Amino acid sequence: MSAIVCSTNPMTTSTRPSYFVIIVLTCASAVFIATFGDALFLRSRRDAALGQMREMVTQLQLTDLCLFTEARYTRHLSQADLHSAFQDHPHGLEHFPTGSLVPPPAHLTATHARLDSQTAVPD
Amino acid sequence: MHAWIAKQQYLIDFTLSSLARRKAKNFGLLLVYTLIVFLLASVMLFTHALRHEAAHLLEGAPEVVLQRMVAGRHDLIPPGYLERLGRIRGVQHKEGRLWGYYYDPVVKANYTFMVPGKENIATGTLVVGAGLARARGLAVGNVISFRSYAGNLFPFSVARILPQDSELVSADLVLMSEGDFRRFFDIAPGYFTDIALSVANPLEVRNVATKLAQQFPDSRPILREEILRTYESIFNWREGIVLALASLAILAFAIFAWEKASGLSAEEKREIGILKAIGWETGDVIKMKFWEGALVSLAAFLIGYVAAYLHVFRFSSALFTPVLKGWAVLYPRFELTPVIDGFQVATLFFFTVFPYAAATLVPIWRAAITDPDSVMR
Repeated sequence: MSAIVCSTNPMTTSTRPSYFVIIVLTCASAVFIATFGDALFLRSRRDAALGQMREMVTQLQLTDLCLFTEARYTRHLSQADLHSAFQDHPHGLEHFPTGSLVPPPAHLTATHARLDSQTAVPD
Repeated sequence: MHAWIAKQQYLIDFTLSSLARRKAKNFGLLLVYTLIVFLLASVMLFTHALRHEAAHLLEGAPEVVLQRMVAGRHDLIPPGYLERLGRIRGVQHKEGRLWGYYYDPVVKANYTFMVPGKENIATGTLVVGAGLARARGLAVGNVISFRSYAGNLFPFSVARILPQDSELVSADLVLMSEGDFRRFFDIAPGYFTDIALSVANPLEVRNVATKLAQQFPDSRPILREEILRTYESIFNWREGIVLALASLAILAFAIFAWEKASGLSAEEKREIGILKAIGWETGDVIKMKFWEGALVSLAAFLIGYVAAYLHVFRFSSALFTPVLKGWAVLYPRFELTPVIDGFQVATLFFFTVFPYAAATLVPIWRAAITDPDSVMR
């Protein structure tokens, strides 16, 4: 290896691939670090809009985000009837795509207590 | 120190020349690797920011919402119900809310009609969300008609459009006066959709909810902490679903990377044999391969992460919109406020960079300790 280190390199400094890669990775690292700075910048820029939305939630007494508007129980997930979604079966997903991504309420999927091993008299 | 740096530089030079000899294969690996990091980082950044934003916004939601249940379904609050609530100790403020849904057959979208508690809206006018205004092509001063469930046509003029910045909570809102709401939905005075309560002492919220459930057996109190928990669990579930789908891609990549990293080709084995024959030590060969793994995985992580950041926070998560949108016609245009969890980024770095770098070393060490002559044959 020492032979490699000490040998004269025909490549000039500017053409060495290691320099190119070091420069590229340094730039990429700088951009990576810059994303944190950009996050701070965007946060300060969007603070006013976020405050405005928070104020609107308080004023209008809103309870849910307007993310899924296709059905009443997906629009107001926290206010929906307990049985509106998954009404056919606790594990039967309803026909809206959102339903495939929203979990059924825990009380519908809870299993019954296993009492069979504790009974003295067999069925 | 200078000699050590020079040595590493020569090793990197050699590694890059070696990678360049199998350009297509290594470029393909870098591309797939970058895509995997991009996907994982996008899901991670998006759900974390959305979860944070939801928690921040819904902190302003009512502390307790009281619904009335009839035959297991949500029903209107009858007159006198609100007055009876005043006798419960700890309830500071109570207010009947009026809101409901309206399906607009023109654009096949659902709207949320609502009466604002603290804002007076003139009879015959509406304040609409920016998403709805976009879907129906509305501007301030336009007249829009809705057919009520009784079959009557109600014309309204648009007084104001809610700010576009607030679409995440207001895209489908239609705010109207109490009189218009009651006439439109044919709801008699004294009836409300539900009741919003505020509690003087935040520690007492659960006790108040218990008292409500005991004194009003037909009621269903929904606490703010339950609302927050609902959204927390939904975003966890969604993140899990996306990651479960992505796991197939990750598995395919893992097999590809493992095969590439651990299974040495005959050409690579011969290369190692030649290097050892001309005087390279085992340690040098391992260092050379370490640089190969480190450079590829580090480049993939940096490019993938930066691309994911730009996708989520600068391009409004364009690739995730179809997943979130479902069949909804009205979908809010929103820009998430960047919230980056350093621990999550560190975890992503650890699980994407280290396994590949480590996977390259084991087979190289095995090949490097064998006799050069037998490796070259």
